[in-house]
Amino acid sequence: MTAIAAPDAGAAPPASGEPVVIVGCGVAGWTVARELRQRDKDRPITLVCADQGHFYAKPMLSNALAQKKAAGHLIQKTAAQQAQTLGAQVLPGTRVVAIDRSARQLILDPAAAGPLAYGQLVLALGADAVRLPTPGLEHAHSVNDIGDYHGFRDALTAAGAGARVAIIGGGLIGSEFANDLAIGGYRVSVVDPAPWLIGNLITQDNGEALKAALAGLGVDCYLGDVATSIEHQPGGSYRLALRSGTTLEADVILSAVGLRPRTELAAQADLAIERGIHVDEFGRTSDPDIFALGDCAAYASAARPDIAGGAARALPYIMPIMTAAKAIAATLAGQPTPIRFGPMAVRVKTPALPLTVSG
Amino acid sequence: MKTYVCIVCGFIYDETLGRPEDGLAPGTLWADVPADWACPDCGVAKGDFEAVAI
Repeated sequence: MTAIAAPDAGAAPPASGEPVVIVGCGVAGWTVARELRQRDKDRPITLVCADQGHFYAKPMLSNALAQKKAAGHLIQKTAAQQAQTLGAQVLPGTRVVAIDRSARQLILDPAAAGPLAYGQLVLALGADAVRLPTPGLEHAHSVNDIGDYHGFRDALTAAGAGARVAIIGGGLIGSEFANDLAIGGYRVSVVDPAPWLIGNLITQDNGEALKAALAGLGVDCYLGDVATSIEHQPGGSYRLALRSGTTLEADVILSAVGLRPRTELAAQADLAIERGIHVDEFGRTSDPDIFALGDCAAYASAARPDIAGGAARALPYIMPIMTAAKAIAATLAGQPTPIRFGPMAVRVKTPALPLTVSG
Repeated sequence: MKTYVCIVCGFIYDETLGRPEDGLAPGTLWADVPADWACPDCGVAKGDFEAVAI
């Protein structure tokens, strides 16, 4: 029997009849499907996702009030519409329990027709919202997807016009929500331990300017501070105690303190994890038939030629998803294409002081 | 003249201004922007823009 060499990074893909399976129907998952279909009219594509799979743009969640969009209007296309347009199969409401790498199949729940075979697999699992161990945090909403957003908007509606909203976390998402909620007429407070807003992305000058611009909309910022407890009051509102000794009263609380890549499935399958699912410059995991992109991935430094060496890093923004999706789709279609992130812009959607961060 | 908003990141294409750095002169109508043009800020395709009339 002839020995079969292990596939290398530039090897031909599996026979064209074998399906590409994409796990996750966020921007990353749907964009890979679209880019692949543009390059390959015949390859079977199946998307599997835990939620309903409808196509929406997550960045829109933090400026929906300014855009006067109800939660339901944020959906661009339903999963069924996307699947039809792309000639793909979608399995919504389905979790992947395990990746059986040796058999190249996924164990699903519900199991439906049994394990789902793949020729190549793309993990577009996203990330979970970080939840701090603050006593009373169960009273705070995290908005990590459109389902969460529906619940958040319902809470705001129930609290009524002009309700007080406390936002734990003054990073990119917290600041965008602060602006959007202020535009929506809510009375907003922001709490963050950093000395200025969006401290990990913008300069102190811009952070101070943003705080001043938000103050013009009535947003109060408690920076260099931390919520140490949240208590539900008899009247239904919440009292937040801050480390500085300040107390805040709020009707609705939003927690936006960061993301943790979803790596559990990959870890169970013994794929390399480095903060996120580690991928090389082709978006390949440590298994040559499995790719990953988006908020679940940690991209090797080779994809960022402007950075010398360094650890793999997550890039939880839209532009890296578009760049990675195009390269991975080309590779899946038989044209191995490395991901090369050029200079990237992250747009901070704070109408009070719009900013574009380059780098 | 109309403006078009990128539904993902909020970048605005204003027909009056065009996008000279992409070779689109001021006054270039949205219909005349090439199909393979992508949002400068987030990279999404022209097809994912929404028309917002001023």
